[in-house]
Amino acid sequence: MAEESVGCARPTGGPVGEEVEEQVITEKTKVKEERAMLMVGQKVPDFAAPGYQQGKFVNVKLSDYLGKWVLLCFYPGDFTFV
Amino acid sequence: MQKLGVEVLSMSIDSMFVHKMWDDDELKKMVDGGVPFPMLSDAGGKVGKAYGVFDESAGVEARGRFIIDPDGVLQGFEVLTPPVGRNVNETIRQVQAFQLVRETGGAEATPSGWKPGKKTLKPGIDLVGKVWQEWKTDMAFD
Repeated sequence: MAEESVGCARPTGGPVGEEVEEQVITEKTKVKEERAMLMVGQKVPDFAAPGYQQGKFVNVKLSDYLGKWVLLCFYPGDFTFV
Repeated sequence: MQKLGVEVLSMSIDSMFVHKMWDDDELKKMVDGGVPFPMLSDAGGKVGKAYGVFDESAGVEARGRFIIDPDGVLQGFEVLTPPVGRNVNETIRQVQAFQLVRETGGAEATPSGWKPGKKTLKPGIDLVGKVWQEWKTDMAFD
């Protein structure tokens, strides 16, 4: 995993793979976006994201974990209560 | 999770700088040495959107938990609204069940209520219509 260099900009990550095409948002595409849930038994989307681990800033790519079990947990925010 | 050979990744819309401060200021008081796994930043929620857990109106991600196998295939997920916390024991149980199924190449399946030590089922022609002999409803409970 690469160490993330630190500048003043707030870094972020994103899905890896093809660029998401800009879409003209019609009612139809809106509904499609709102219902985008993953299916079990299917491959998950790859992503790369910066992060913090044990005193270091890191950059993590999900596909680097192929061959291992991964538990990916989203949560609303740091310093929230639950 | 480390004992089960599972790599944990957490992700929120907070920056990695905020992750550091949260770990330094609060989480180290709960976990000796701080959080061991990478705390990832998804500012803008792009990854959260790809996983269907980004709440556009609130601008944050729901409590989504995804179990991903060594092939990168999603085996299970759970998504909760913010005020309710997860049950880590249930996550561990599911990981153990998915690992068992994978290790047996699908020859064994884990019925409702299974946990390590409890009986598994062996799907096949001999089991059709015979589950009632092998599995009782009280086995669904602890």
